[in-house]
Amino acid sequence: MWGILRRSAVDGGGFSSSSLGKTRFALVSARSYAAGSKEMTVRDALNSAIDEEMSADPKVFVMGEEVGQYQGAYKITKGLLEKYGPERVYDTPITEAGFTGIGVGAAYAGLKPVVEFMTFNFSMQAIDHIINSAAKSNYMSAGQINVPIVFRGPNGAAAGVGAQHSQCYAAWYASVPGLKVLAPYSAEDARGLLKAAIRDPDPVVFLENELLYGESFPISEEALDSSFCLPIGKAKIEREGKDVTITTFSKMVGFALKAAEKLAEEGISAEVINLRSIRPLDRATINASVRKTSRLVTVEEGFPQHGVCAEICASVVEESFSYLDAPVERIAGADVPMPYAANLERLALPQVEDIVRAAKRACYRSK
Amino acid sequence: MATAFSATLPLHGSQENRLLLPPTRLAPPPPSSSFLGSTRSLPIRSLNHAHASRRSPVFAVQEVVKDKKKPTNSLLITKEEGLVLYEDMILGRSFEDMCAQMYYRGKMFGFVHLYNGQEAVSTGFIKLLTQSDSVVSTYRDHVHALSKGVSARAVMSELFGKVTGCCRGQGGSMHMFSKEHNVLGGFAFIGEGIPVATGAAFTSKYKREVLKQDCEDVTVAFFGDGTCNNGQFYECLNMAALYKLPIIFVVENNLWAIGMSHLRSTSDPEIWKKGPAFGMPGVHVDGMDVLKVREVAKEAVGRARRGEGPTLVECETYRFRGHSLADPDELRDAAEKAKYAARDPITALKKYLVENKLANEGELKSIEKKIDELVEEAVEFADASPQPGRSQLLENVFADPKGFGIGPDGRYRCEDPKFTEGTAQV
Repeated sequence: MWGILRRSAVDGGGFSSSSLGKTRFALVSARSYAAGSKEMTVRDALNSAIDEEMSADPKVFVMGEEVGQYQGAYKITKGLLEKYGPERVYDTPITEAGFTGIGVGAAYAGLKPVVEFMTFNFSMQAIDHIINSAAKSNYMSAGQINVPIVFRGPNGAAAGVGAQHSQCYAAWYASVPGLKVLAPYSAEDARGLLKAAIRDPDPVVFLENELLYGESFPISEEALDSSFCLPIGKAKIEREGKDVTITTFSKMVGFALKAAEKLAEEGISAEVINLRSIRPLDRATINASVRKTSRLVTVEEGFPQHGVCAEICASVVEESFSYLDAPVERIAGADVPMPYAANLERLALPQVEDIVRAAKRACYRSK
Repeated sequence: MATAFSATLPLHGSQENRLLLPPTRLAPPPPSSSFLGSTRSLPIRSLNHAHASRRSPVFAVQEVVKDKKKPTNSLLITKEEGLVLYEDMILGRSFEDMCAQMYYRGKMFGFVHLYNGQEAVSTGFIKLLTQSDSVVSTYRDHVHALSKGVSARAVMSELFGKVTGCCRGQGGSMHMFSKEHNVLGGFAFIGEGIPVATGAAFTSKYKREVLKQDCEDVTVAFFGDGTCNNGQFYECLNMAALYKLPIIFVVENNLWAIGMSHLRSTSDPEIWKKGPAFGMPGVHVDGMDVLKVREVAKEAVGRARRGEGPTLVECETYRFRGHSLADPDELRDAAEKAKYAARDPITALKKYLVENKLANEGELKSIEKKIDELVEEAVEFADASPQPGRSQLLENVFADPKGFGIGPDGRYRCEDPKFTEGTAQV
């Protein structure tokens, strides 16, 4: 069913040649140096994406807590209230179920809401609307009513915010047919995927990461164009390699790239895949990569049981079993609610050393 | 116990009933009272010692009409309107009766919730709406869909799970959607439809104010007494009043949520009072009388269209059958059922039409016969329709399965060299 993708297609956009891919990787690792190309923080990337989509289509509006006068709880929607006015940027009361449902109803009737959750933990108060009235509606109505809505907000662990503010919801939402689930890493991902999500006619859950908001990434001229979009459902190979495939998303992509550097010093060439899209999952790219390297390490920040990694492992075992040279490795957060103490929190989340160790295990280079 | 339409804010459960004339009226008004409520005492009155029965100057519709018997042009409805209302209620009743028959014969399956007894609410409100107004309902939604204009054939086929149903058999009894008639569901979770309806009303306002379109559409949300204890209800009352949305919240208070009596589960059972607490008028009306419901509905819909904001309407009504066809309905008192059966809305309207010489028995009988044939034909049509094909299982999960970013020809949009020149198709 899944053919091997053409090599040129896996560069995630076509405009980046393999040389640019390598250059980008080099720039990412040498971020502290003043690079020649422009840099942009993820926060600015998201802000510019929403801004451009709102100016292109008057049906797009933003709704959420503190998105207006407070300029956004994490300043993602900074400046939008002044530019577009209170009829298009709504500061809602603290009523997740209510305003999410209002967003869904507005999407039923033809508008394009961008609903912000202060963190995705609060989306649990509105999950009935995300799943039952948004995800399932196109199916239940046999295509009559589609829901062009975007649910966005920070997902996953931040720093020291405790158990109720640190859960990763990628696995929960990605298990529901009818939703598209995206998880950007770099500024280009953030821009391209959010613009695609806003234009998409289906409900999209857009999982950002609070710790990535302030990070700067180099950004190409094409990515700064107002029509720029990345395809939904396509992963990106951030770093090419031939010994082991490391798949991950969101903040863990940065960790995986650092791990790949450490592995390169030891002679292991790791291929790092940035999933970008959790649903639809780009099984073709993942399997093509595993067939090339024969080893898989999947990394995520969320709880291990029934996680995204579990799905990727199952997919690889189903489709590329005869190509595997080692058991599939799965790195996830600890199977506990997130502790508060800083050292325990570090233990509860995957670190670069864990990824390195798992990759070495897959390559039979360690005990 | 009667309640008045309190149009000023804030009045927290007004202790005395004040009559306030609304700014404009859509129908020729009887001069004394504006908003007409019910003087019939609610059954809860007798159980609640704390509230003494309050006499009020608000008169029931029937009494006002009785006073003005002589000039017949002060009747609440014309003959055409009366026949339309009668036909709609008969359609609702016959359809639901037929559903029960089909269920027990195994043609219909799953959860089926019937609307017998509550027809006055659906007919009273929905027959005042246009096609572009929206209706959002709960799982007890067959009659709302029928009143809004979805054909009996489409609804019956949907219930049989056939491909000719309004949702091609994918939704079922609890999920009636019709884009053409703006029926936005059909939700199984109680309270789920209220925020969705509020969002549809939000869209009307947005279209008017931001997109500068001519949009006077209102939304009517129907839900039950049990829903009024759910958090989403209050969240939406707050936001609808805050943003002044063109929505009417209609509570079909049939006193029972499956087997849970409204009085056992609610600290203050008078739901209409919860409107003024949020800054909107709360009205109580006799939901077994379609003319009273219609008068209240005219006011509420008029308010919404004029941009004056939402209204909460509590309709006291009753379902003659159990919660669903699987409900043995053992907890309800036979005396209570008999009392409400005597107030059957269809019989009441028939009596009104005949007594006021708006129609004769023959005309009404011919309407009943026509509807019987229509429902029979719908059953035959549904029976003869095919089941959905196997390929339909995987269809319609997404409106755009490839995901934006991949163009219709399968190529990535961002690979198109014209994409960043601003001339590409986005």
